[in-house]
Amino acid sequence: MTAAPLLEIRDLRAAFRGPSGFVEAVRGVDFTLNAGEVLGIVGESGSGKSVAMMALLQLLPAQARVSGSAKFKGRELIGMPQRQIRHILGREIGCIFQDPLSAFNPVLTIGAQIIEAIRLHDRKISKRAALAQTIDLLASVSIPEPERRAQQYPHEFSGGMRQRAMIAMALANNPSLLIADEPTTALDVTVQAQILDLLRRLAQERDIGMVLITHDLGVVASMARDISVMYSGRVVETGSADSVFYDTCHPYTRGLIAAMPSLESVGTLLTPIDGTPPSIFDRPQGCSFAPRCGYALPACHETDPELRQIGTTRAACLRAEEIAAGTVRPTAPLSESLPV
Amino acid sequence: MASTSPRARMRALSSGRALFGRLPLTGKIGVLILLFWAITVVSVQFWPLVDPLMMAGRRLQPPSGAHWLGTDALGRDVFSRTLHGAAYTIPVAVMVVVFAVVIGSALGAIAGYFGGWFDAVIMRTADVTLSFPPILLAMTVAAALGPGLPNAGLAMIIVWWPIYARLMRAQVLEVRTREHVEAAIAGGAGRGRVLVVHILPLCWTPTLINATMDFGQVALLAASLSFIGLGAVPPSPEWGSMISEGASKFYSWWIAFGPGMAILSVVLATSFLGDGLRDIFDRRGPQ
Repeated sequence: MTAAPLLEIRDLRAAFRGPSGFVEAVRGVDFTLNAGEVLGIVGESGSGKSVAMMALLQLLPAQARVSGSAKFKGRELIGMPQRQIRHILGREIGCIFQDPLSAFNPVLTIGAQIIEAIRLHDRKISKRAALAQTIDLLASVSIPEPERRAQQYPHEFSGGMRQRAMIAMALANNPSLLIADEPTTALDVTVQAQILDLLRRLAQERDIGMVLITHDLGVVASMARDISVMYSGRVVETGSADSVFYDTCHPYTRGLIAAMPSLESVGTLLTPIDGTPPSIFDRPQGCSFAPRCGYALPACHETDPELRQIGTTRAACLRAEEIAAGTVRPTAPLSESLPV
Repeated sequence: MASTSPRARMRALSSGRALFGRLPLTGKIGVLILLFWAITVVSVQFWPLVDPLMMAGRRLQPPSGAHWLGTDALGRDVFSRTLHGAAYTIPVAVMVVVFAVVIGSALGAIAGYFGGWFDAVIMRTADVTLSFPPILLAMTVAAALGPGLPNAGLAMIIVWWPIYARLMRAQVLEVRTREHVEAAIAGGAGRGRVLVVHILPLCWTPTLINATMDFGQVALLAASLSFIGLGAVPPSPEWGSMISEGASKFYSWWIAFGPGMAILSVVLATSFLGDGLRDIFDRRGPQ
């Protein structure tokens, strides 16, 4: 039991029907998460990070084609019948969504929704007991006056309070895995830090494994033990948080870090990554980052590299060794032609 | 959650009063007219009126102090008959709207939520039904079933359910893609539960508005069926059949005037109320 990871994803693929056949939004990703750890998945919009998580929870529309393996506590989630996965969702796996306003049912009170979440998975619990549990949960996520708050509707909560309530609901049945999809994106920066603190504390207290999906490297840096960087449906670099930050091998990860504002960069221009991610309907040949990459060689436009161990991280780049060693400089193929 | 404790009823009552307060003036007038007819329906037999089936005076008398709206070809009091007529037309219209809403909404919700062949079968049936002019289809069905108000009611339900099926399906299709529905599924809620708890409570507004407006149209259709002899049978004082009797006595305009005004008031009142409800619940377009 100790050896088996909490969540083990191998070669997960998700494809949608496009105008000309199926197109893959997620192209064979591997993740491993142990109990009590935090895995950060980073990538810009459209990189497939949310789709990957929705695929393993069977939340994609029925037309989507999902393949690969996703073992949760040794049980295969991919292809599991609806009836069975329903008992895992909300009980053993909790989800936190990006926008807590739209993720709550607007016509039910917060309390009623958390009570429902509890009673859905525990038919025998009385309404009164479920209410008491709900109030405890709201208190545990630092919502003041939980008795009164439980009787209010989602629109009566502030953004931060709503996200706290969402976390309370996700934790209602003591899950062992929490999937947080951009949990702080819709919040003010000051509130973001509070919510992240709360998530970290709760995950530690309850020994919950957490998948933290975000486009904000700053968020994962402070939270995650391991980080996987996704680009165009694939993992391009993965490793421990420190190694991904300090021994960065992949040009895309470098680009993300360079584009991040920091105290040291005050007064200097931030470096954007030129261009836009490729559409999943029209991926370039070879490495899909090559058209935006300052290090790209002709070979990069022909072969799509696999993840390889480079020093302390694993990266999918033909020139990863050179980049890690710092022996090459980017040539910036696009920015030369663009006005600054 | 559906409790009928005194407190809940109090809350419903006060929210009803608040709703009335928010209605525009025309909406308030509509409510008052409908309230008048509702009271008439339940209590008209206790009112000090002449028996609507009895010859109360001489034939074809114009309006006078004794007969406020005159007498018809058989000497019956038109005023009394008009008020008694409400007890025929309005309950039928209510039943038709209620059944059409329940059946149509249920089928539409299932079609929109589950999709697939079920959706195809329900919605194509609805399309076929809607492709006939309503009066023609209702006439055909009523004629096949035989005259009489219950049969006319059944015919009208068959004509009317597809409108609510379409309305509800469109709403469900819109609401089912909202994030809170996905969140509910991610929380482990089953399909039936998602539909009933997380989708339907957000779908009823357009149906309510439409049902209010349709109520007048259904009353009109009921009267129309009676007018052509497929609804209420004589001598019952149904509005449509009274107008039909008056139509042949062209110079005794008062025979058709009473029931005509009654139908007009019902249709107008429901339109007023429906518009008012739309202003409150579904603010779109010019305000």
